[in-house]
Amino acid sequence: MATVETRGIKKYYGDVVAVNGIDLLTKDGEFLVLLGPSGCGKSTLLRMIAGLEIPSAGDLLINGEVVNDLPPRARKIAMVFQSYALYPHMSVFKNIAFPLKAQRVEKPAIPKKVEWAAALFGIGHLLHRKPRELSGGERQRVALARALVREPAVFLLDEPLSNLDAQLRASARDELEQFQRRIGTTTIYVTHDQVEAMGLGDRIVVMKAGTVRQIGTPKEIYHEPADTFVARFVGSPPMNLVKREDYILGFRPEHFFPKGTQDGAAKVATFSFRVTRVEYLGADRLLYGTLGGAFADQKVIARLPSTVTVSIEPETIYDFTVEERELKFFEPSTEVRIASRPL
Amino acid sequence: MDSSTQIAPAAANRAHNQRHAVSLLDSERWLGPLLIGPAILYIVLLVGVPFFMALYYSVSDTTTGGGTQGFVGLRNFTGVVGTPKFQTALKNTFTFALISQAVILLLSNTLALALQKDFRGKRLIRFLILLPWVAPISIGTIAWLWIFDSTYSVLNWTLRMAGLIQGQGYMWLGVPHLAMGSIIAVHVWRQLPLATVILLGGLGSIPKDIHDAAAVDGAGFWRHYFQVTLPLILPISLVAILFGLIFTFTDMVIIYNLTRGGPYDTTQVLASLAFYTGIAGGDLAEGAAIALFLFPLLLAVAFGFLRVARRTEVI
Repeated sequence: MATVETRGIKKYYGDVVAVNGIDLLTKDGEFLVLLGPSGCGKSTLLRMIAGLEIPSAGDLLINGEVVNDLPPRARKIAMVFQSYALYPHMSVFKNIAFPLKAQRVEKPAIPKKVEWAAALFGIGHLLHRKPRELSGGERQRVALARALVREPAVFLLDEPLSNLDAQLRASARDELEQFQRRIGTTTIYVTHDQVEAMGLGDRIVVMKAGTVRQIGTPKEIYHEPADTFVARFVGSPPMNLVKREDYILGFRPEHFFPKGTQDGAAKVATFSFRVTRVEYLGADRLLYGTLGGAFADQKVIARLPSTVTVSIEPETIYDFTVEERELKFFEPSTEVRIASRPL
Repeated sequence: MDSSTQIAPAAANRAHNQRHAVSLLDSERWLGPLLIGPAILYIVLLVGVPFFMALYYSVSDTTTGGGTQGFVGLRNFTGVVGTPKFQTALKNTFTFALISQAVILLLSNTLALALQKDFRGKRLIRFLILLPWVAPISIGTIAWLWIFDSTYSVLNWTLRMAGLIQGQGYMWLGVPHLAMGSIIAVHVWRQLPLATVILLGGLGSIPKDIHDAAAVDGAGFWRHYFQVTLPLILPISLVAILFGLIFTFTDMVIIYNLTRGGPYDTTQVLASLAFYTGIAGGDLAEGAAIALFLFPLLLAVAFGFLRVARRTEVI
C-alpha cells in the first residue's frame, strides 16, 4: 500500500520541455491512468516515478518520502513495459524469479513465489518456455507476473496492452482491472487510448504538452471536461465544438437528437442540422453534417442509438435538439470551461 | 543519305542493347552469379590455390631451390613434431593466443561498456581507440620497437621519471618473459579496437527496455552485467573471440617486426617458425607442414564456436 506524489515535477531534454511542472497525488490502492496523445510527457512522467529518468526540477514522493535520489531498485516499484522487456535468454520461470533473486529473497522461497505469481495469471504451464516461444498475450502475462511477484508498493504500467490485438486487448483489460482490484496495489497506468483509460481508471489524468489538463473520475472527465482539449480527446466521436464570437459551445454526439425523439420535460435547445452523410454502424447511426442559424456551416456529428428509428436522409435539413444541461461552454481564447449561459 | 536513316539504326541498336542489359541484370539467374563471381574468383585464386598448394607441399619434399616435388607422405609432420624448436613454438603459440585473447576480452568488454555511456568527447575517444586497427600494422609495430628499445625506450624513461625503476631499465625484447609480455601487449593494442567495435555493436542491439526492466527489477551493476547484458551479447562475443583466436594463431607480423622469434626462440610461434623454416630456410615442405599443423584444430574451434553462437542466439 502506498501513495505516489509529484510536486512541481519537470523534465527538460536540452531546450525541449517534456514534463512541465506536474502536481499529482494518488490515493492508496488507486488505479490512476495517465492519458494523452503521444509526446505529451506521460511516459516520461512514469519513467521519472520509476527512477529511470531523473527529474530536472521538483520532488517525487513515495509514501510521503522524497525518493528523487533513490535508484529504481530502492523504490519498491514494479514496472511493465510496452514491449514487455522480458529477458529473452531466460525461461519464463527465470524471468519471474529475476526480481526475487535481485532482492536476495531466500533461495528455497523463490519457486513457491514464482508459482504463485504464475498461477495468478494462468501461466503455470509455460514456466519452462523461452519468451520467443510465447504468444503476445502470454508474454504480457509473464511481464505482469514478473512485476507482481515481489509484491511491490506501486505498480507502473506503460501501455501494456498496445501490442495486443483488439479482441485480446478487451479481455486483457478486463483481467487487469479485476486483478488490480484483488491485490489493491496502487497502480499508475499510461495509455493514449481513451477507451482503456475510461474503462480502467479510478481517476484519469489528462495530459497535453507536458502539463496536466484535468484530473478526475472517468465520469467527470467525460461529462465535465475542463477545456476543449479534454472534450475533444475523450469520447469517440469527440464532443462537437462550435464557435460563436464570445463562446465555444460543446455537446456530445450522443446527446444530439432529432426533435421530438427525446421524451421528458427537460429543457432543450434546438438547432437546424443539415445532414450530409449517414453511417450505419449497427448499434448506432452516425450522422455527419453542418449546423444552420447562428452556427452556420460548422461541422457536427450526431450519434443515434438504434432505438431511434426516425428515418434520416442525406442532404436534408432537420431540427435537432440537445438537452440544455448537456450543453458545455468554453472561453474562446483560453478554451477553458466556463459557466453555462443562454445561447 | 539523310540523317534520320543514319540515326534510326543506331537508336534501335542502343534500345536493343539497353533492353538486353536490363533483362540481364533483372534476371536473378545472372545477377546473383555476376555479383558473387569476383568474390569467388578472389577467394579461389588468393586463398584456395595457395591453401591447396600448401596442403601438397606439406606431404612433399619441395624446397625453394626448385628440385623435386616428390610425395613423401606424413614424413614432414612426423619429422618436425618431435623437435624441441617445434614444441617450444607450439607452447608459445598457445601462451600468446590464449593470454592475449583473455586480456582483449576483458579490456574490450570494459571499453565497450564505458563507450556505451554518453559523455563529452565520446566521438573523439571512439576514433582514437579505433586508430590502432586502422594504422598499418608494420608502422605501428615499428613505433613499438622504439618504445621497447633497449637504449632509448620511452617506457623505461617514463618508469624512471615516475621513480619506479632505477638505472638502465628493462630490456623489453631481450629477456624471455618480458619479450613474450611485450608482444602480447602489442597484440592486445592492435586487436582491442576490432573486438570493442564488435561488442559495441552487440551492446547496441539490446533493447533499452531490457536494461530498464533490469534496473526496475532491482539488479545492481554486476547482476545486471553478468545475468542480462553478457548473455545477450554472448553470440556476437563468440564470433569476436573466434576471429581473434584464429587471427592470433595465424599471424606473425608483430613477432617478425619486434623479436624475430627471439630471444632463444621464446617468442617463436608456429606461424613465424613456418615462415623461417619454409621461406627464410628454404624448406617449403617442412614450413607448410608447420603452418598446417594447427589447421584441423582451428577448423574444429571455428565449427564449435559458430554452433554455440547460433544456439545461444536469442533475439
